[in-house]
Amino acid sequence: MSRAETTCPPAARPLWTFGLLRSELVTTLRRWRTLVLLAVLAAVPVLIGIAVRVETGGGGDPDRGGGGPAFIAQVTNNGLFLVFTALAATLPFFLPMAVGVIAGDAVAGEAGAGTLRYLLVAPAGRTRLLLTKYATVLAFCLLATLVVTVSALAVGALLFPLGEVTTISGTRIGFGDGLLRALLIALAVAASLTGVAALGLFVSTLTHSGIAAMATTVGLLITVQILDQIPQLHAIQPYLFSHYWLSFADLLRDPVLWDDLRRNLVLQGVYAAVFGTAAWARFTAKDITA
Amino acid sequence: MAPYESDHATGAGPDEDPRTGRRKAARYVVPVAVVGVAAATIGLVPALAASGDPDLPKITAQQLVEKIAKSDVQRMSGTVKISTDLGLPDLGSLQEGMGSGHEDSSADPRTKLTELASGTHTLRVAADGPEKQKVSLLERDAEYSLIHNDKDVWGYDSASNEVFHTTAQHTGEKREHRPSATPDDFAEEALKSVDSTTSVTVDGTARIAGRDAYQLVIKPKQSGSTVRDVTIGVDARTGLPLKFTLTPKSGGAPVLDAGFTKVSFAAPPASTFDFRPPRGAKVTEEKPGKDEHSPGFGGQFAPGGLSGADTIGEGWTTIAKFDTGAKGDKTSQQGGAMGGFLGSLGDQVSGDFGKGTVFSTRLVNALITDDGKVYAGAVTKSALVKAADADK
Repeated sequence: MSRAETTCPPAARPLWTFGLLRSELVTTLRRWRTLVLLAVLAAVPVLIGIAVRVETGGGGDPDRGGGGPAFIAQVTNNGLFLVFTALAATLPFFLPMAVGVIAGDAVAGEAGAGTLRYLLVAPAGRTRLLLTKYATVLAFCLLATLVVTVSALAVGALLFPLGEVTTISGTRIGFGDGLLRALLIALAVAASLTGVAALGLFVSTLTHSGIAAMATTVGLLITVQILDQIPQLHAIQPYLFSHYWLSFADLLRDPVLWDDLRRNLVLQGVYAAVFGTAAWARFTAKDITA
Repeated sequence: MAPYESDHATGAGPDEDPRTGRRKAARYVVPVAVVGVAAATIGLVPALAASGDPDLPKITAQQLVEKIAKSDVQRMSGTVKISTDLGLPDLGSLQEGMGSGHEDSSADPRTKLTELASGTHTLRVAADGPEKQKVSLLERDAEYSLIHNDKDVWGYDSASNEVFHTTAQHTGEKREHRPSATPDDFAEEALKSVDSTTSVTVDGTARIAGRDAYQLVIKPKQSGSTVRDVTIGVDARTGLPLKFTLTPKSGGAPVLDAGFTKVSFAAPPASTFDFRPPRGAKVTEEKPGKDEHSPGFGGQFAPGGLSGADTIGEGWTTIAKFDTGAKGDKTSQQGGAMGGFLGSLGDQVSGDFGKGTVFSTRLVNALITDDGKVYAGAVTKSALVKAADADK
């Protein structure tokens, strides 16, 4: 984001949009709520790292009960695996919840605070305002994922050795290659959140209460996660937005298994398109009274 | 989407005219259309992908069987999907509970093999000559790999970070230490059983994993068998079996369906077979020779797999007979509560042989008589009772 900000767009209208996006980003990131969410996300890898370190501190064999988040058995031997563990631990709930809060607040929060009509006074048009809001939420998806990744990498490097990475297929790749895969995984995780982001934005256009929109989005998220666990519902599960979330682990196979990763991207794209256009239909036709 | 179009809507007051209302509603056509397009794509793409069966030169069953026998694929890699539906209750949790007590490493191939006996699994296989083979069982965010590289046989379970190591004794012998779970392993077992009790036909062609293939159908001629047929998809070019399907007489889903979803006949990279235990992994060493033959998964499904016991009959209706020697007049007295539990799973039958309990799956039935004899085979219940009567 920051690099794009410094370059000036040539045409006047993109500049306008860009100013809007920048002010949206700054407003969102300056909120205490956003900062607290990011701090909580950054704390998760720290907690996992310390817990694993304390557990194995005596030099004894770590408990190999098989419980806990994915890849936790490998963390003691390679700090890079803390990135994967932390993402596997935060993706089911913490990350989408944070995105749900930001997305749910995007339009409804403004409406609730009475600032939405002032935003619409600017000659940007509702469609463009909505696109800006969605872009801001997407930027938050990426930022939140990177916060977890960087925090996990820092903690992993501090507490555990780094070095050659053994993929889950048993082959070895260099540390640089491992870092590249970690980055790809972070991108895959961020992309996994775009569906929730669009859903949250749509819910946000339905109400004037920011809290109601956040609660609905997070409630939907929990419902979908539960539905995804019920074996009898396997027929509908491939269409639930959270179904392929953990497919990012396939990036750690060698060779990478792309099937589920591709399915995840397509599914997120469909969710973004459906709920994005629904949000557009609702927002551009809505009476703004506050 | 003009940027300013919406401003009209803002102007509409509470007494908006019906035309504006209709225009507002019309906007919802867009998301609905997106859903429609997505649904149509999901429905149409598989239909378009199935572009009909390929045209291949006619071939006799005999020629096709020879083609499979002659097939000598040294280098290949691919993905295999294997589904097993024996009609057994899901005993996964029970096995886990029982397995936690003993000391076996979770990277031991024998521990992993039992997982394949139910449900759907994805395997990756790679081979580069007789000295280098690899089979990986893909799990949710974990993988179990069995790697044969020259003299070493490694098992690596990424979920627990455990390693199993043994050395291969007779190098050069194909698939010596890996569990047989690929279509060609099953096909090999099935073709062993081809004799006078079997009819073998070629049933058209198909496209499997993007390759043209012949369909070989093996049918038992005997009436007592629970097997309806076995279909083997054979790659037209290399003769490698690409798909194996075993359908039971009772109909429904196949008992066993193993097929390549992706296959390549290029040499896999050497790094695939180059395994070194990761730092900190728990390594279980096993002395070679303890387990000369790896357990054959495929063998259990074919009649040939019932060796090591007295057999009755021949071909597909072979029945294995064991004598447990336990003489009790009731199953429940033999094993206490466990016997009672087992008894409740089976059906009570009686005949000239006395009384017994039949345990059924979709493929294999077993009769345990009250005087401690066990008859088992891929045959119907009545065939078991008849065999037991005749054996008396």
